[in-house]
This record gives sequence, C-alpha cells and structure tokens, in this order.
Amino acid sequence: MIFLTGLAAVLLGRNLYVMLLRLPDEAMQGPIYRIIFFHVPSAWTAFTGFFAAMVASIIFLAKKDLRFDALAVSVTEVGLAFGAANLITGMIWGRIIWGIWWTWDPRLTSMLICWLLYLGYLMLRRAVEEPIERAKLSAVLSIFAFADVPVVFFSIKWWRTQHPQPVVWAGGSMDLAMWNMLFLNWVPLLLLGVVLVAVRMRQEEAERELAALRRRAHAL
Amino acid sequence: MAFVRHILVVAWKDLHLELRTKEVINASLSFALVILLLFSFAFDPTAEQTREISGGLLWLVFAFAGTLIVNRSFSRELSNDCLDALIVSPVSGAALFLGKCLGNVTLLLAVELISLPVFGAFYNVPWTRQFCPLFLVLGLASWGLAIIGTMFSALTANLKLRELMLPVLVYPLMIPGLMAAIQLTTPLVAGQPLSGDLLGWLKLLVGFDVIFTALALALVETILVG
Repeated sequence: MIFLTGLAAVLLGRNLYVMLLRLPDEAMQGPIYRIIFFHVPSAWTAFTGFFAAMVASIIFLAKKDLRFDALAVSVTEVGLAFGAANLITGMIWGRIIWGIWWTWDPRLTSMLICWLLYLGYLMLRRAVEEPIERAKLSAVLSIFAFADVPVVFFSIKWWRTQHPQPVVWAGGSMDLAMWNMLFLNWVPLLLLGVVLVAVRMRQEEAERELAALRRRAHAL
Repeated sequence: MAFVRHILVVAWKDLHLELRTKEVINASLSFALVILLLFSFAFDPTAEQTREISGGLLWLVFAFAGTLIVNRSFSRELSNDCLDALIVSPVSGAALFLGKCLGNVTLLLAVELISLPVFGAFYNVPWTRQFCPLFLVLGLASWGLAIIGTMFSALTANLKLRELMLPVLVYPLMIPGLMAAIQLTTPLVAGQPLSGDLLGWLKLLVGFDVIFTALALALVETILVG
C-alpha cells in the first residue's frame, strides 16, 4: 500500500510538472483549462467505483460474505468523494469560463442525480444496525442505483437536446498532448482511489471485529 | 394461473383493507389538494403559464401523494406478524410484490383521477381533450412509481426511520420515469396528439417500467426472505 501511495504521489508530481510548466495555455480559455485534468478523470474514477460497488453487491448477495459488503461500501464512498471532486472542479471552471456556478447542462445534471443516488446508499446504511441485514438491503439499493445510471444519462441528454443548449463548449477538439495528459492523470487518481478503498476496507473490518468483541463482552 | 390468482388475491386484500379504513387514500388525497393549493402561492398562475408547466405540477403532486400511498404498503403488515405469515404462505415473493404493486397503482390512479379535475378547475385548464392517451401515460408512469415505491417500501419496512428514508431513496431513482411522464403530460393536457417526439418519451417510459419491474422481481425474494 505504501508502494502504491508513493507511486501515485510520484506520478501526480510528474503530471503536475508537465501540466503547469510544459503544456501551453489553451487558446480560448487560458490557464484555467488545466482543471479538466482533474475534473474528467475524477468522473471516470467515480463511475469505476460505482460499477465496482455493483459487482461487489452482486457477489455479496450470491455468497453472503461480508468482505464484499465492506468492499461495496468502500468503493461507493470513494466514488462519492471523486464524484464530489468532479462536481466542484466543474463548478469552479464554470464560474470562470461561463460566469455562472451551475447550469442545467445534461452532464452536470446527470452527475448530480447519480451523486444523490449514492448519497441515499450511505444514508440507508446509517439507518440499519444489523450487519447482515444492512449488507443485504444496501446491496439491493446499489444494484438498483447502477441500473438507473444509464437511464438517467440517456433521458437527461435527450431532455436537454430538445431545448437550446444554454452554454456550448468553446472548442470542439483537444490537442493530442492534452488528451494524453487526461489519461495519464487518471492513473494516479485511480491509484489514490485504490489506496483509499484499502484503508476504508481495513477500517470496516476493524469495526466489525469491535462489534463482535462488544457482543461477546455483553454476553459475559 | 395460480401466480395470477395469487397476485389478484393480494391486490384485493390490500384494496379491501384500504376501503374499510380509508386511511391512506384520505391522507394522500388531502395532501394532493394541499399541494395544489400551495402552488397557487408559489406563482401567479395565468391559464397560459399553467398550461406550459402543467406536467411538472401534476407529477410533483402525484409523486408526493404517491409516496404516502406506498410508504406503509409493507410496514402495515408488521403488526401481528402478518408479513411473516404472508412470506410463509404458498404465495411467492414475486406474486406478493406484484399484488401489492397492483393495489398501489389502483390507489395512485384513483388519487390522480380525482386530482386532475381539481387541478383543471383551480387553474382553469381544460385537460380532457386527449383523455385516452393521457390515461395511458398516467397508467404507465404510475406503474413505474409503484414498482420503485413498493420495492423500497419492502426494503425499508423494518427500519425505524422508514418514513424519512423512503423519499430520499426513491425520488432520485424515479427521475427518468417522472421526466418522461412530465414531458408527455404537458402537451397532452394542452390538447396535442400523441405523436413525433412524444412517442420517444413514451418508449422511454415503457423501457423504464420494464427495466425496474424485471429488476424488482429478481431481487424481491432476497429482500423478503434473505
């Protein structure tokens, strides 16, 4: 894990150097465009997390092994954190380029809905005390939520393309070096995500052990 | 055949119970009326403006009132261990779920069909010009709401905070279905025929219903039995 953290840090340092000192400012947007190197990979990481949560939830329902429940909640939480990073960086960029914090653009709206869906997942977990019951109910919710993701994206896109777009992207295509940076910066973010999930899973396991000990103490 | 009979028996049991006590339908109807009243304070309605946002207004009312209907669908079976009795009865989990859905859809449609004339009178909107297509949309969208609502009513039945949890969980999930219903209802209330772009929204609504009905049927046994 320390190795992964170190690797993520080194890659991030290298990327920041290239991003800030090597890549030129974008012609239309100026320096602020660099936020995209965090904005877009954050969204990718978030959705990777939500997908992993669905897979872990299905495996939990099939095997009833609480380790997969711990995995599901960990990746969902980390996914929500990256989702929040995506929304916030998007808003900062929007404030500077569009002059407004928020617009009901299809991607913004869909991301917000997905974020709220998974926020519900965490709230549900808070409301159930019994571990197996909690794992079961939240696994079902996670599967429902991920089934909703494509429907939400599709319908919102459709809804918005019927109306005039309030704001349009300035440029159509991106330079190859910038495209590469987008993917290159996804690697450290994904690594960071993996490390956070590992930490969170360990925490979840410790919590379960504590609960078991407490129950045994009560029995005595 | 037995499956269909089980569904009808459960639906009839729920409706019968509701007809005797009328607790849910009364609460839901008065809530719908209160929201319709509140909207008149939220904006100064001229007939033209109201027609443009009629779909949104109506479906907000229906979604809010609908949550009241589905909320107690499973939790009211908890007293006297009725839910356990239902689960061990020869009725399968899927039939139990579909029966409850059917009961909820009937109640939801009743609330909708009573709220619509009230809405028409309050806001001076002649809404009956495309009645049959509108009824189709009401039916399809109510089915979608009832499927998700009943599923999460089963999921939250044992929770202490279920009245708080249900809206938080179901509204974000319902968004695509609600959106299609809103997009369809506004032009239909305004008297436009069901064609062109509207058919696309109708397909989306049907797809939404199919996806979530299938998913709910696949998972309901897990929730009820474990």
